[in-house]
Amino acid sequence: MIPLDLLQEFSIILLGTCRDVLPIVILVAGFQLLVLRQPIPHLGRVIVGSVYVVIGLALFLEGLEKALFPLGKIMAAQLSDPAFIYRGGEIAVHADWKAYGWVYFFAATVGFATTIAEPSLIAVAYKAHEVSAGTISQWGLRITVAVGVAVGISIGTFRIVTGTPLYLYILIGYVIVIIQTLMAPRSIIPLAYDSGGVTTSTVTVPLVAALGLGLSATVPGSNPALDGFGLIAFASLFPIIAVLGYAQLMQLLIRRRTK
Amino acid sequence: MIFSFILKKCKEAVTDLLPIILAIAFFQIVVLRQPLPQFGEVLVGALLVVAGLTLFVQGLEMGLFPIGEAMAQALARKGSLFWLLCFAFALGFSTTVAEPALIAIAAEAAEIAGQGGLIAADRSSLDQYALGLRLTVAFSVGLAILIGVLRILRGWPVHYLIIGGYIVVMLITVIAPKEIIGIAYDAGGVTTSTITVPMVAALGVGLASTIRGRSPLIDGFGLIAFASLLPMIFVMGYGLLIFGRSG
Repeated sequence: MIPLDLLQEFSIILLGTCRDVLPIVILVAGFQLLVLRQPIPHLGRVIVGSVYVVIGLALFLEGLEKALFPLGKIMAAQLSDPAFIYRGGEIAVHADWKAYGWVYFFAATVGFATTIAEPSLIAVAYKAHEVSAGTISQWGLRITVAVGVAVGISIGTFRIVTGTPLYLYILIGYVIVIIQTLMAPRSIIPLAYDSGGVTTSTVTVPLVAALGLGLSATVPGSNPALDGFGLIAFASLFPIIAVLGYAQLMQLLIRRRTK
Repeated sequence: MIFSFILKKCKEAVTDLLPIILAIAFFQIVVLRQPLPQFGEVLVGALLVVAGLTLFVQGLEMGLFPIGEAMAQALARKGSLFWLLCFAFALGFSTTVAEPALIAIAAEAAEIAGQGGLIAADRSSLDQYALGLRLTVAFSVGLAILIGVLRILRGWPVHYLIIGGYIVVMLITVIAPKEIIGIAYDAGGVTTSTITVPMVAALGVGLASTIRGRSPLIDGFGLIAFASLLPMIFVMGYGLLIFGRSG
């Protein structure tokens, strides 16, 4: 017996995903009918596939709402709680960044784990594998991007704890990306840039945002309005550095071997 | 046969989810040392996530990828630049303007601006500010996809455009009001939703594989990067327009 409230919740989420797909359906149908004036190839298969996407995404979101988000948010709150961090010791007026070791580690693991499960990244990795004729492995790309997000978010939490300005980190990150771009193999550059944008959607954003706002609300001397934002920016920047870096490393290894 | 196929797909989805389960278990048991609350609900949720992810990936292969590529190829063969660019802009704008993550972040940004005394804190001016922010982001995503498609057609290298964009972001950050910077940087990340990404990726790869002399790997990717970069510039521009220069 499926409980009624679960069913009701699910239908609300299902409606939400339908609304997400609606603009695309209208756009595709409009262009086919008015501009291209030709039938869609394999229409039946495409419709079945789209229904799968909508239902799959709704189930996925419902599961996250039920299980992972509440848990992740509770854990983020518990870990950033001053009572946990200073363990009965005196709660400092100014945050001591060394006391937040578990927070950085939690940020890194949450960043890594949620990125592995991110559906947009799965989609892009699938396409990249197909287009590169198998030279880019799906898991290789996903793990590299996830490592990038992990490093990015833990540096982001460090920034919230220390209260240093966001733009400094982002600007330094940009300079690193620009230098790497000049040296990395050309074929990886577009994919590396794209992997910055795909990491932050359904799974990562809610958990990471909860962690950021939770931290900035509890860290002594920080302002949620100014310090709570910005974690997502870290999660979009560092995967680019990670993917470019991985490609550079591979290039270096191949050069060594051929010498 | 169908059964073993489903089993294989489910196994893939379980692997996708494993890191989350391990991370949560580790922190509950080793660090926080507390029993897992509502174990049953968590288990049901995890099963739903696995089933959902399996269906989603299957649907991508059958529906979203083929239709995205078919549209790109049909438009390229039709040879009308105008309609192709129209499609690109409409795809970016329409999928972003109603994006729930964007609506949430715009509302939050309005609250913060209201509390900071930057705009009048009554309901109508807050709503107006949030709506303006949403339209700005949606317009910039549409424009980003349009520029990205133009790049694929012309074969411009992606890194000149992106590095140029970074330099603009850096310059505008210097003069933008500091209340908008964090939101602007985050806006770049939240625009690209789970359904938009596969469509945009298929559009890029489909175009690059139809046009002679373009490589799907080098020219097909890069659209999502534009869609994450341009909103940052436009949101800071919006902040400048509404609040005036900082300091």
